[in-house]
Amino acid sequence: MAIVRYTKDHEYVRVDGDIVTVGISDHAQSQLGDVVFVELPAVGRKVEQGGDAAVVESVKAASEVYAPVSGEVVEVNHELEAAPATVNEDPLGRGWFMKIRLSDKSELDGLMDEAAYLAFLKTLD
Amino acid sequence: MRYLPHSPQDRADMLARIGVEKIDDLFVDAPRDKLIDGLVDLPRRKSELEAERALARMAARNTPASSVPFFVGAGAYKHHVPAAVDHLIQRSEFLTSYTPYQPEIAQGTLQYLFEFQTQVAALTAMEVANASMYDGSTGCAEAVLMAHRITRRRKAVLSGGLHPQYAEVARTLSAMAGDAVETMGPDVSAREDIVARIDKDTSCVVVQSPDVFGNVRDLRPIAEACQRNGALLIAVFTEAVSLGLLTPPGAMGADIVVGEGQSIGNGLSFGGPYVGLFATREKFIRNMPGRLCGETVDANGKRGFVLTLSTREQHIRREKATSNICTNSGLCALAFTIHMTLLGGRGLRELARVNHANAIKLADMLGDAVLNRSFFNEFTVRVKADAAALVERLAARGVLAGVPVSRLLPGAGLDDLLIVASTEINSDDDRATLAAALKEAL
Amino acid sequence: MAHEHAIAPQPRQTFTGNRALDIEEPLLFDIGRADTTGVDIDAPGDFAPRLGGLEQTRAPDLPGLSEPEAVRHYVRLSRMNYSIDAGLFPLGSCTMKHNPRLNEKMARLLGFADIHPLQPQSTVRGATALMAELAHWLMTLTNMSAVALSPKAGAHGELAGMMAIKAAIVARGEQATRNVVLVPDSAHGTNPATAALIGFRVRSVPAGEDGLVHPAAVREKLGPDVAAIMLTNPNTCGLFEREVVEIAAAVHEAGAYFYCDGANFNAIAGKVRPGDLGIDAMHINLHKTFSTPHGGGGPGAGPVVLSERLAPFAPVPFLRRDGEDFTLVEHATGSQAFGRVTAFHGQMGMYVRALAYMYSHGADGLKQAAEDAVLNANYVRACLSNIMSQPFGDRPCMHEVLFDETWLKNTGLTTLDFAKALIDEGYHPMTVYFPLVVKGAMLIEPTESESRASLDLFVMAMRDLALRALRGEKERFEHAPRFAPRARLDETRAARSPVLKWRKRAPVADAAE
Repeated sequence: MAIVRYTKDHEYVRVDGDIVTVGISDHAQSQLGDVVFVELPAVGRKVEQGGDAAVVESVKAASEVYAPVSGEVVEVNHELEAAPATVNEDPLGRGWFMKIRLSDKSELDGLMDEAAYLAFLKTLD
Repeated sequence: MRYLPHSPQDRADMLARIGVEKIDDLFVDAPRDKLIDGLVDLPRRKSELEAERALARMAARNTPASSVPFFVGAGAYKHHVPAAVDHLIQRSEFLTSYTPYQPEIAQGTLQYLFEFQTQVAALTAMEVANASMYDGSTGCAEAVLMAHRITRRRKAVLSGGLHPQYAEVARTLSAMAGDAVETMGPDVSAREDIVARIDKDTSCVVVQSPDVFGNVRDLRPIAEACQRNGALLIAVFTEAVSLGLLTPPGAMGADIVVGEGQSIGNGLSFGGPYVGLFATREKFIRNMPGRLCGETVDANGKRGFVLTLSTREQHIRREKATSNICTNSGLCALAFTIHMTLLGGRGLRELARVNHANAIKLADMLGDAVLNRSFFNEFTVRVKADAAALVERLAARGVLAGVPVSRLLPGAGLDDLLIVASTEINSDDDRATLAAALKEAL
Repeated sequence: MAHEHAIAPQPRQTFTGNRALDIEEPLLFDIGRADTTGVDIDAPGDFAPRLGGLEQTRAPDLPGLSEPEAVRHYVRLSRMNYSIDAGLFPLGSCTMKHNPRLNEKMARLLGFADIHPLQPQSTVRGATALMAELAHWLMTLTNMSAVALSPKAGAHGELAGMMAIKAAIVARGEQATRNVVLVPDSAHGTNPATAALIGFRVRSVPAGEDGLVHPAAVREKLGPDVAAIMLTNPNTCGLFEREVVEIAAAVHEAGAYFYCDGANFNAIAGKVRPGDLGIDAMHINLHKTFSTPHGGGGPGAGPVVLSERLAPFAPVPFLRRDGEDFTLVEHATGSQAFGRVTAFHGQMGMYVRALAYMYSHGADGLKQAAEDAVLNANYVRACLSNIMSQPFGDRPCMHEVLFDETWLKNTGLTTLDFAKALIDEGYHPMTVYFPLVVKGAMLIEPTESESRASLDLFVMAMRDLALRALRGEKERFEHAPRFAPRARLDETRAARSPVLKWRKRAPVADAAE
């Protein structure tokens, strides 16, 4: 089973060797409401951990999606451009945003596992 | 005071209900020593009659366009606006409503904005138009910033035929934003080689047609050059009536079209309020400034309209917004839409034909003094005198002859040039009067 | 309850879709025709076009309507709008006050409405005199040294004011080092957008627990890199910034400028002069404080007043006294003017209306208007404070009163539900979800135009709705509005696949209907 890690900004990464899949958590999509637009980075772009990587918009809000790890964007989910609702329907599956080739695997150590993330969400209320 | 409903007793009762003694107990957070003791140093209230007299005295010191033979243009044009337009925009429900933030009770405003957007898109032959900008000049400056965002380049090239005040507004905003703007020299006869100025750093080229000197410009070669270099073509117009007769900018390859909509539905009003028209390609809508109205359905499945894509805007995006703009020019857009609806496409074409025919008649009377090879309803004339002084002399004789180029471009060595517009309002007598008056100076 | 169900509306189908005065109106494009016009134009005789070969062979593809059809179409559309003329419009921070009709009449005098911005200045001496008179009133009311009249709207005035500040920084040679603007997190969205537009970085200043900005919080963010602070006063929570003088002093001490967002000047006009508080620039929304009509979202007008330090940088055009008259200086040459923000001279039509309002009120009436606006907001507060919750406690407010949604906590209802239910009671809702720093904000601004009877009816309606919400009568709210021209609109659909103009429908779709 793939390893999933979360950030405090509600992105997740699913780790598969050097390549990680990035998206937003189920909590994030429910807070945003109906997603109407997703702006994805160009393939080949270098991103820094914590830096802007994508934008996700609902009717009344626009949020940055920050890169959970540093690296190069190797693939983006073009399906979201035509069907942004996928982010609401299946955030951890078909609603992924981009795949990044990790440049520093140790960055993953600073992220939360699912149990820690769920505990973190409890502190937000 | 006739606009304030409370009686002194009402005020006393309300203060008691609030639980304070006097009104200044409610201004308790303002520093005591900053509260004005008594009144500011300004006159006291006037009755409606007194206020009207005072303002009417000022109005009487101005010469209205409709009172004299009138040929002034260069960015604002005197046209006949049907009486129904002003009547309709003064409907309380249009005049005294707010931005349609609650769409269920603002369908009137939203539907006319949707009609407006459709009309502007059709007239400019572009895919989408927004719900309007403040005016043509601010729309033009915003278009330049939009081109920077899309191309990720920061150098704009402005044609020498662009209205000098539009160019100055764009330069001011760009300079403040830290972007480069190259302005070509004044191009009276539309001979500049702007294509040669386009390179791989150019974000956009801004070209006006008909230009400020009246020339009609072919945008196609410029559009092709822009495309080759990855730059955008911003097409500008200041005379919306010309869209009834000229090949629309969208059909010539423009990427963004901005213009002044005053000519349709709106009076001169000394320069404002006017209405900026702004249209572009569908793929650029998320980079577009300004409000957008879109179609949708309500909970019962009925068609309705809402403001949409507002995540581009300042109230959501804050420092990442596409613009700081927070209003449109709603009521002026309504005037545009109603006048345009009364005209219809064919009526606009007829109106444009009358304008062009009138300008041709005047040009023929002025002969070789006219510098333009092409024009719509406005052209530039060379006079054998200082044009500004001439305009003043003619004004004293009751003719408003045009705009001296030196008013727009002082110190450019163009003091003998006069921009003259002739719309449907001019009679043959008006033209004869102008021609005779100008004769001495030609 | 049973009784209520008995009078609840039945499905009201009619053949036309209209229900008596409750009407439907198709789009222009559904009813207009290409061969119809509402304007008679005599075709010109034959002529050879001189359009450089760029004439269009066909007329633009847009339908027309005859005059009676057009009048009916737009009158019917107008009836789907709420307006201040028709009812109380308590939209906080937007100031929907009465628009005197004298203003409209004056703006339409030919001497104002029918003059061209570029006709000789000798023929518009009355217009420049009017601009000078308006400038005098604005400078006197604010105790400021100069005013740039030309900005086209509040946000545009804000931009002009910040440009003047940037020009002053450049003149000091500090553009490389002073590039940060402080903005409280309760600010209007235009503030950070404006600062960012002209190349400033935005640094947020948190407001205190009491909804106010405190000098200590500002000092913490001040530094040699700060160009200005943008502070709204009275602020977006409807409170006067109590320590504004200390904040101004701290900002000036750090070598920065104080921009004041004057959106809420209507609360203090004639009571407090912003120039006395140490501000350097402030825009004034003529459509808010001085009652020029909002027109469904514009046009506005946003003159910006400037302190002595910023006055030299005011944009063109500006007025210069020439003996008895005034001349518009249109070119920056030889001055420190930072440039130009619009073609021509600004919103003349709005200047006339604003001055008509000023003349009608006078110094005494303006002060009374500000006091009545504050009185009315506090009256609403007093009448609702024991049922709705306020984020910063029950204390005097300025011209608008702010509630939050804490009081709705156990009802399962939101601020939006409450606002939509208010529509069914015949009111335009208050401003909702602004300011952003207050959860579920409801910002109510009754303005000075409302009589006591009008306010009493409003608060009774509010209390009735609030009690129903607290009693759990959810059906009132969940499907509200029930009686408006439209039920809640699907904004998600509008944003996911934008339809921004009318398109001819495919025949299949027609058949399906």
